[in-house]
Amino acid sequence: MQSFGYVKATGTDKALAGFAVNARFIAGGTTLVDLMKLGVEKPSGLVDINLLPLDKIEPTASGGLMIGALVRNSDLAWNSTVKERYAVLSQALLSGASPQLRNMATTGGNLLQRVRCAYFREPSAGQPGGYGCNKRVPGTGCAAMDGFHRVHAVLGTSEHCIATHPSDMCVAMAALEAVVHVEGPNGKRTIAFADFHKLPADTPQIENALAAGELVTYVELPKPVEGAKSAYLKLRDRASYEFALASAAVVARVEGGRVRYVRVALGGVGTKPWRSHEAEAALMGKEATEANFRAAAEAALRHAKVRRDNAFKVELAKRCVVRTLKLATTA
Amino acid sequence: MDMTVAPDLGIGSSIVGKATSRIDGPMKTTGAAEYAADFHFPGMVHAVPVTATIASGRIVKLDSSVAEKMPGVLLVLDHGNVGKLYRTVPGDQNATNSEVRAPLEDEIVRHWGQYVAVVVANTLEQATEAAAAVKVEYEALPANVKASLADYDGKRKSVSKRGDPDKAFEAAPVKVDQTYITPVETHSPIELHASVVVWDGDRVTMFETSQGVVNHRVVMAQVLGLPVENVRVVTRFLGSGFGGKLFPWPHAALAAVAAKKLDKPVKLSVDRRMMFASVGYRPRTEQRVKLGATKDGKLLAVRHDYLNNTSILDDYDEGCGEATPYLYSVANLEVTSGLVKRNMGAPMYMRGPGAVPGLYATEAAMNELAGELGMDPVKLRFLNDTDKDESAGGIPFSSRHYRECLETGAQKFGWERRTPGIGSMRRDGKILGWGMAGASWVALRLPCTAAVEFCDTGRVCVRCATQDIGTGTYTVFAQVAHEKTGVPLDRIDVFLGDSSLPDGPTSGGSMVTGSVLNAIARGAENAIKKLQELAAETEGTPLNGAKVETIAFTNGRLHAKDGAAGSGTSFSDLLKAAKLARISAEGKTLATWEDPKSKGFSLHSYGAQFVEVEWEPEIARLRVSRVVSVIDGGRIINPKAATNQIAGAVVMGVGMGLMEETIYDERTGQPINGSMADYLMATCADAPEIDVTFLNYPDPVMGEYGARGVGEIGLAGIASAITAAVHHATGVRVRELPVRIEDLLESKVV
Repeated sequence: MQSFGYVKATGTDKALAGFAVNARFIAGGTTLVDLMKLGVEKPSGLVDINLLPLDKIEPTASGGLMIGALVRNSDLAWNSTVKERYAVLSQALLSGASPQLRNMATTGGNLLQRVRCAYFREPSAGQPGGYGCNKRVPGTGCAAMDGFHRVHAVLGTSEHCIATHPSDMCVAMAALEAVVHVEGPNGKRTIAFADFHKLPADTPQIENALAAGELVTYVELPKPVEGAKSAYLKLRDRASYEFALASAAVVARVEGGRVRYVRVALGGVGTKPWRSHEAEAALMGKEATEANFRAAAEAALRHAKVRRDNAFKVELAKRCVVRTLKLATTA
Repeated sequence: MDMTVAPDLGIGSSIVGKATSRIDGPMKTTGAAEYAADFHFPGMVHAVPVTATIASGRIVKLDSSVAEKMPGVLLVLDHGNVGKLYRTVPGDQNATNSEVRAPLEDEIVRHWGQYVAVVVANTLEQATEAAAAVKVEYEALPANVKASLADYDGKRKSVSKRGDPDKAFEAAPVKVDQTYITPVETHSPIELHASVVVWDGDRVTMFETSQGVVNHRVVMAQVLGLPVENVRVVTRFLGSGFGGKLFPWPHAALAAVAAKKLDKPVKLSVDRRMMFASVGYRPRTEQRVKLGATKDGKLLAVRHDYLNNTSILDDYDEGCGEATPYLYSVANLEVTSGLVKRNMGAPMYMRGPGAVPGLYATEAAMNELAGELGMDPVKLRFLNDTDKDESAGGIPFSSRHYRECLETGAQKFGWERRTPGIGSMRRDGKILGWGMAGASWVALRLPCTAAVEFCDTGRVCVRCATQDIGTGTYTVFAQVAHEKTGVPLDRIDVFLGDSSLPDGPTSGGSMVTGSVLNAIARGAENAIKKLQELAAETEGTPLNGAKVETIAFTNGRLHAKDGAAGSGTSFSDLLKAAKLARISAEGKTLATWEDPKSKGFSLHSYGAQFVEVEWEPEIARLRVSRVVSVIDGGRIINPKAATNQIAGAVVMGVGMGLMEETIYDERTGQPINGSMADYLMATCADAPEIDVTFLNYPDPVMGEYGARGVGEIGLAGIASAITAAVHHATGVRVRELPVRIEDLLESKVV
């Protein structure tokens, strides 16, 4: 049996001190425990951070919102400030997983969700005789390339990994330009959301900018853009409990019929929460028309790379972007 | 759903036919109901299978030396030390097994996930870890798990034939000739398969997830080489099976061998990943349907040639032609079947086997024919309705109200408001698609025995070795016992799911209700007769000395026929006076095929399914929004449970139409979407508005209660009604299930 240490940290300093090589912080456990059961994660120890005072949602001096890493997805989604001022985030959270999972899953944990690639989740992936998985064991190949990859990414892929980033919450946070606060052995620092998740490139095993032993403490949302509206739309095979085939988060302000501010992020199609500067550039200053939305969607997917079974995602994502732009720009 | 719940049930009220809440409901909601894996015994240990990681080949070396030394490990079973396990007698109707091969019989691997060893340890965690440490070396051969059945060898079996369908098709002025495909679907009940085995000397008790404890016992006796009386099989509650738990799977015998060798109770619970590889699935079907018709829509020719995949050793025929030969009137018809071997586990009956995939194809073809004719699809079915079973020499149907199903469904759905143009119907900015299909399912009365017992405590017990697989069997049996005895429901105990009870049928084919109710009724009558005799004989009781034929039995009381119902004595007082604990009698049901009164009839249930889909082309989102299901299933004993069956089947049909497909990795043969997150089924959020109607005509041939059972028929026709609705909304004709977003992106409707 794979035995592991377990400590329940009572303060952030203690949590950081308790962290050892190959340990993991555990909060809601909805990803980590699942992967431990599958034999994908084999930590030497768990540092339980659930007692840390990181479960508050508080206004910041600059008019934004500071979200503790332990705030549960449900609590964040139903928070009245989030619902009113960051609707895209509430909608994204409520479109994810199931109520039971959302009650457990935390803000920090959601940032660190692992991919849902069937091969990555195979117990023997990356082992001799098992499926190739560069994320599990670099250099062993990628079984998804020619395998079951209908749900895999078309943006940000590399020849080493095409797994889709599964989070809905992160797509909204990308569009909101959130900032991730972390604390580690070398102190505190902040990471811009766009820099937090890493593209697979040649190192698909590195998924984010956290250094060893660094703990996510808060996610900060900037002050809402004056006059902007936002929306999240998720498209999938069934109405609930399924990861996105394509999703979009939009924050936009239209004045006099023209787009004066816009942020577009895509989910379900990228190897990380996919902020589309291309779509934004195509829209800025343009009239808020269907034709311009379509042009923005085309721009967002221009560099899509498809495999045998996931080509449909390109068109689906475009339709998703167009509809979400409409939702965020109409009264 | 409209539902009238029976009011508080007074003594003597007849509740057969009334919506009745489940008598086992409180046990389930409080956790008191014990499912197979809930059984624990002192000293119980845990078995975990080691499964093949190739789909074809041979085990060259199986090294369990590391595993055996791991903490808590007690035993590693493999081909070398499993000992004698036998096959079941071919063709033995009382011992139907899921797989031909006995577990660990040889060292050949024929499908991914095949059990190659079993590790037993003190805890589940120890056994799991040790199972992963068993090293197996294989000599792998190329495996074939290809979805397409194009490599079929050309051998066909004619299932049903009349006239000259090929000639008639050639000459027909209007034709449809299409191939329809259904993918592999995995049963996926919420309760995992499990066996808990306890030996007492050479007698064994097996707590099983079984839809048929009597058959399971006979199979286990044969496989383990035991006299049948030494085996007892118990399934008190089942977290559903959908057919996947009809017959034993290899894990049961392996758990029994391990328990015997260790002389300890053993639990083996099949995990979800294994459930996708080793306990059956509905095979892929490829069905070519040819329909020839006159310009007026009268069928001239039907040809239905289907293929399904099967495993290497098992010749499983899905039986897609089940409903084809009798549903419509046509002079020229042939149904043929063909099998294609795959390196996959054995297929197994899944809700509405044969008829459900078969009717998907034939009813989809009927809808296409209606399109060719420019005719309303309901009218096309009226036109080809029949009043005799033309496949069986024109014998009459016992009770057939197919036309009324169609009429009632059309009326409830509002079908006359349908405009046939593609994308022509709109509501709230969404495009509506309306489609329909017919449904049918076989009915049979299986031979069985039930016992009814009166106790001095005032309680009545019903006993039968059949099962409640989550459908409400406990409750309908209690309803009939109540009707016959007048004893209120809360004083009726129903005992099922134990092979030591009087022989009852396997819970399959929607046949338990229609079969067992007759036996219970006869058992109650026979037991009441004994009470009447006892009343006449027992000194010091009010009816002592009376002639038996003058004694009536009303609401649990024995009284003079010409006296008031409240006079005389209660049966419990009578038993006490006679110093008897209980008095019991059996009743039997005669099989329909043995009963002269039913022999000459074609017995089937019928239905009509009407489906509305909503289509948003802007975001390629399609959802089933409304279903009207009208069922002619004989008399409905418990409308609440029956409605639940049909509504559940409708939701399953949404999954079949739009989501379900087991996908095999062609390189390894592994079902690669084998988890509840990745194998998509309809969720509660996908459930449409469902309107269930029962015509409620008793089937006189089925016996006193006229019930035919409603477990399967609700699923029949749903997928073809969905694909018709999808075509109506989107213009896309999907002939390979499930309908996917990829297909719908082709739609030109805006």
